[in-house]
Amino acid sequence: MATGAIQNQTQQPKIRWGELDEDDGEDLDFLLPPRQVIGPDENGIKKVMEYKFNDEGNKVKITTTTQVRKLANARLSKRAIERRSWPKFGDAVREDVGSRLTMVSTEEILLERPRAPGSKPEETKVAGDSLAQLGKGGAVLMVCRTCGKKGDHWTSRCPYKDLAPVAEGFIDKPAASETAAAAAAPGSGKSTYVPPGMRAGAERSGTDMRRRNDENSVRVTNLSEDTREPDLLELFRPFGAVSRVYVAIDQKTGMSRGFGFVNFVNKEDAQRAINKLNGYGYDNLILRVEWATPRTN
Amino acid sequence: MRPILMKGHERPLTFLKYNRDGDLLFSCAKDHTPTVWFADNGERLGTYRGHNGAVWSCDVSRDSTMLITGSADQTAKLWNVQTGTQLYTFNFDSPARSVDLAVGDKLVVITSDPFMDVTSAIHVKRIASDPSNQTGESVLILKGPQGRINRAVWGPLNRTIVSAGEDAVVRIWDSETGKLLKESDKETGHKKTITSLAKAADGSHFLTGSLDKSAKLWDTRTLTLIKTYVTERPVNAVAMSPLLDHVVLGGGQDASAVTTTDHRAGKFEAKFYDKTLTEEIGGVKGHFGPINALAFNPDGKSFSSGGEDGYVRLHHFDPDYFNIKI
Repeated sequence: MATGAIQNQTQQPKIRWGELDEDDGEDLDFLLPPRQVIGPDENGIKKVMEYKFNDEGNKVKITTTTQVRKLANARLSKRAIERRSWPKFGDAVREDVGSRLTMVSTEEILLERPRAPGSKPEETKVAGDSLAQLGKGGAVLMVCRTCGKKGDHWTSRCPYKDLAPVAEGFIDKPAASETAAAAAAPGSGKSTYVPPGMRAGAERSGTDMRRRNDENSVRVTNLSEDTREPDLLELFRPFGAVSRVYVAIDQKTGMSRGFGFVNFVNKEDAQRAINKLNGYGYDNLILRVEWATPRTN
Repeated sequence: MRPILMKGHERPLTFLKYNRDGDLLFSCAKDHTPTVWFADNGERLGTYRGHNGAVWSCDVSRDSTMLITGSADQTAKLWNVQTGTQLYTFNFDSPARSVDLAVGDKLVVITSDPFMDVTSAIHVKRIASDPSNQTGESVLILKGPQGRINRAVWGPLNRTIVSAGEDAVVRIWDSETGKLLKESDKETGHKKTITSLAKAADGSHFLTGSLDKSAKLWDTRTLTLIKTYVTERPVNAVAMSPLLDHVVLGGGQDASAVTTTDHRAGKFEAKFYDKTLTEEIGGVKGHFGPINALAFNPDGKSFSSGGEDGYVRLHHFDPDYFNIKI
């Protein structure tokens, strides 16, 4: 019967505080809650909760989870049982406990059934898609300045003519987030000043588009520290027109704080981007791509 | 399942053999020291020190008292299983490769490799009940096959000897007269070196694995080809389950594929096939190098694989294994 276990940490003995030296602050064990053991459950899992002071003097809780699992039943014949008690010989004579010749695998290995020919693992698909777009060769040279989409159309033929240039998108219309509130009460007594963009009859399509874009906002997390806006733009462009990209930058270090937002013009593009790029390996990290707000349906 | 990893060998594994009772596992490797392990938890029992070259194969007597090993140092040795002491050494003019004890443990068939001007040969030797009476003379020497003979085993009732090797031909010899009885057909047989051979538990059929990426199932009496199993990799080791109708193939990798392989480690697998349908049931991954040896425990509830990485992986099947349906 073989077992798999993680080493347990030893418990420190209790010490009376009056007898402590001044700088012996580490032995203030009486301040720590007692050790707790949650006994083996039906899966054989045992949890031991201990409290300690770490090097910085912070109180830490260490949870050690052990699972004892029976690997197999061995039915031995009489002779086999005799053989079990044979003394070790050859190189095994000098076997110290530390020599870990025999170990139980840390991974669970399954008899993997063969896949149907059509279904390939997800990760290879993702790489294929974004690369396929760029692999179109000459088409890549056709770049639209408005929506920034490569290989689709020229600037003069952009279907998303109303889009403001990407970089200024956010600064341009700071009132965009307020349009929702303002539009809901257009005739609010005319006592407050209504900016031209929000007056009745003002061109709405642009602002509506802006607002809708914010609903198509995709949050990207786990970015590498030198990722910037142009990188995100290049990465998300193949999925559709991107109206705005933003990468959170730490002002002190100049490094990316690891997350950013991408606003798509079309929601379907955003959905596709989420499906394809979530879990995509980008510059040595695995991206997490999701809706910026709780799933907008 | 959670395989048990046994790293007792520094060099690639060459052969694995369970004893009749299924409680001991003998492993042979290129590192000169065959090792014996307990087959339930993988704990090492001992090693047999004495060989000066890679140990290519071994066999154990039915009562698990005597072990015979064939080695590249041009000897085959008899050992006391319990103490590890050498009982006798058979000397040859070339590296000894395959050893197989006959039913009754009174005879053994040992093959020797072609070496300089010596051709490959199959030797039959008698095993005396008392090691002190043991002599090295051969009862029978069979010659003929070109190239290395990788495996030679006894047929049913010790009446025949089956051999397979580099010339890709399976041959059946009469064990008393030494006459060549049958040869496998060139058209339907293997196209490249046959690396391994496994007998069924009742001896009525056997399985050969070859570098031509296939394994073939043959009838022992008539040498008719029954089934063929196709893989993508050259086959280095074959085994048949004594309990279910499963065939396991372990393989390597074409040299040409080495540089373009996936960087993820642990991807060499032992492939399970249904014996009658020849369809792949699944694979068990984990080895970091090509699999060179496979063996099933006689009770059919566990199996072990030895790889080029020097590890022996002992797998106890989960209950679902016995319920697999295609």
